[in-house]
Amino acid sequence: MPLNYSEEQSLLRDSARDFFTTTLPVSNLRELRDQKNETGYCTDAWQAMIDLGWGGITIPEEFGGLEFGYKGLGVILEQGGRTLAASPLLATCALGVTAIVEGGSAEHKKDLLPLVVGGEISLALAVDEQSVHAPFNIDCKALKEGNNYSLSGQKVFVLDGHVADELIVVARTSGDTTSREGLTLFLVNAKSKGISFHRSVMVDSRNACRINFDKVLVAETQVLGTVDQGAELLDFILDVGRICLSAEMLGSLQEAFERTVEYLKMREQFDVQIGTFQGLQHRAARMFCEVELAKSVVIAALTTLDDGADRTSIAEQASQAKAKVSEVFKLVSNETIQMHGGIGTTDEEEVGLFLKRARVAEQTFGGIGFHMNRWGELNNL
Amino acid sequence: MSEIETFREEVREWLQENCPESLRKRWADPFAEFSVLRKLRTGDSALWLEAMITKGWTAPTWPVEYGGGGLSRHQNAVLQAEMARINAPYPLLGMGLSMIGPTLLDLGTEAQKKAHMPGIITGDTRWCQGYSEPNAGSDLANIQTKAEDKGDHFIINGSKTWTSGGQHATWMFCLVRTGKYEKKQQGISFVLFEMDQPGITLKRIKLISGDSPFCETFFDDVKALKENLIGELDDGWTVGKRLLQHERSSLGASPAQPSGEKTKVPQLVTMAKKYHGEVNGRIANPELRTDIIRHLINRKAFKLTTKRAFDEAKAGASSGETTSMFKFYGSENTQIQHELMLEAIGTNAMAWEGDDFSATELETLRNWLGGKATTIYGGSSEIQLNIIAKRVLGLPE
Repeated sequence: MPLNYSEEQSLLRDSARDFFTTTLPVSNLRELRDQKNETGYCTDAWQAMIDLGWGGITIPEEFGGLEFGYKGLGVILEQGGRTLAASPLLATCALGVTAIVEGGSAEHKKDLLPLVVGGEISLALAVDEQSVHAPFNIDCKALKEGNNYSLSGQKVFVLDGHVADELIVVARTSGDTTSREGLTLFLVNAKSKGISFHRSVMVDSRNACRINFDKVLVAETQVLGTVDQGAELLDFILDVGRICLSAEMLGSLQEAFERTVEYLKMREQFDVQIGTFQGLQHRAARMFCEVELAKSVVIAALTTLDDGADRTSIAEQASQAKAKVSEVFKLVSNETIQMHGGIGTTDEEEVGLFLKRARVAEQTFGGIGFHMNRWGELNNL
Repeated sequence: MSEIETFREEVREWLQENCPESLRKRWADPFAEFSVLRKLRTGDSALWLEAMITKGWTAPTWPVEYGGGGLSRHQNAVLQAEMARINAPYPLLGMGLSMIGPTLLDLGTEAQKKAHMPGIITGDTRWCQGYSEPNAGSDLANIQTKAEDKGDHFIINGSKTWTSGGQHATWMFCLVRTGKYEKKQQGISFVLFEMDQPGITLKRIKLISGDSPFCETFFDDVKALKENLIGELDDGWTVGKRLLQHERSSLGASPAQPSGEKTKVPQLVTMAKKYHGEVNGRIANPELRTDIIRHLINRKAFKLTTKRAFDEAKAGASSGETTSMFKFYGSENTQIQHELMLEAIGTNAMAWEGDDFSATELETLRNWLGGKATTIYGGSSEIQLNIIAKRVLGLPE
């Protein structure tokens, strides 16, 4: 498959850009933060996205979705990244939908996917239990009790966790705490008895939540995939999430970069535009090259998903994209602050929000070291 | 079967019959073998060149009327893929195909194309570049070599340096000063002349790698015919810049040979494991392993970027002026690879010569030293960054 967007995908990208610039500009995130908004995203804007069909962008047509592929979701997320838009696109449409489409039973799909398309429910993936991403380091236990499982344990940094209607919970049904074997994914209704939510206020003003499970009863029909063999499914869900998150980060880093270049043309010191200084020009030019590389790893990874490549190739592309894009976003966000000078360190100027988002997104689903190591292992080095 | 698939089958069959078995391998230095002038070719290298000339596939996408293959981009992609599949080398390499040929196609007159394109496509001519001078390196427009107007020809005096392959070349494309100027870029002309004529003296330059791929070239009343003036008199800078774009894209992409093996373990990894050991299949030295992974990811990302640029261009979406990026990033990346190869091998890669050391060890050192030039020639990294900053990002002068 060629590494460029089709005409349809380009049109979607353009309308997504218009949508986010007008409906969810960066100032929206600031409002959510300053008003301590309880949902953590603008529900009217989300409804507008649902009306555009974006809730079902990757969902098969038989369940009411657009079946437009991951490149479609990718271009939307990328444009959302440009305005740091908070929305359920990542947690529900990338992670949650993938979990149900890949691991759900016929009933799960029939019952839940149309509700996602209609914006009636949102989803969240509860996987990590500690500060550093370690998806197989799972202590949350699911004990078999008749036809049910009893879930107990704690999950942290669950994206959109506190507003989700259905949680996808990774729990241990056998094996040691660090073993890939013995993991099972459960679809758990958020209103189930024994679940408590504690919202985590993050530096990027986006949704994250600690969730405690105290002997939560889940019917065995709510298992996604195969009991004890959840790691492979989890890998895939996370890889989709990593690739989609990389697409979002790509939008954010491009926006930060472009704002910085504009600032270099506008700001004057020593009676000239600071963009005339070669010390800054060369740094900007190096960033330009890195941004171009980031674009390529993202579209390559999205293409792998749409091509239905084997899981190993997808894993490699996901780690490649997440590692590279995280590095580039780190570089660009730091240079953005430095090149804006003092104004860049103020809360009033928006570029600081991009710096904050850069680091949270980097840590989400594995940082640079995690993904470089994983890429190395996948390539036998 | 679609037209393109029929084409693929024909190509596959033809290559199978015409590409000599002995050439189907990875060449350590394909340039040394395949830049050789047509009449000096021998053996399978000659057979391969002649066979490809009959198809026009030394220059697959160039017009048939000059001897090119007339292929569409799509057909050419098929040809490249099929060549890569069997490890068929490019039959002809050099500045004719990569630099002056494309420039003539862009800016030459019909008569000039007729005169020069066929020889470029068949390898009957071999070209060298007369650009840099002792005082015109990065500041290329500072050239001083003079061309005096003598009616139907110019008489040239002065000198050039870093003439790559000057000792083998039959023709030179050259920037000379023909007119008065306020800005240095004015009053320069772009001319072609034969190397085999009185008044041209070459002196080899020995490099830190021990190699001598470059010459100093001295001109003492050298003659260039007026019909070989490319572009307008005194407007050679325009032509010269166009050629540099072709040079940069060829340097960055470095298409020395089509690469058929997708999953081949990079030599860097093999070496790191060999000299540093393995633990559970990993390179035992964790710092080196991390550096290698980062480099390999960047290399993949760079390759994807060249593919993306190609796909975007094919779809008609211009990706802007990116040749400087390819030249900059490609050459910087190559140097990182050389440095990592030294680290992977260790002190054995510090050996200059001798039977105690393997060919790979000795080559690694020479490649590292030779590679130091890659970020300097063809416009240094700093010049490329200037171009990106000003022309791509639009930063002020």
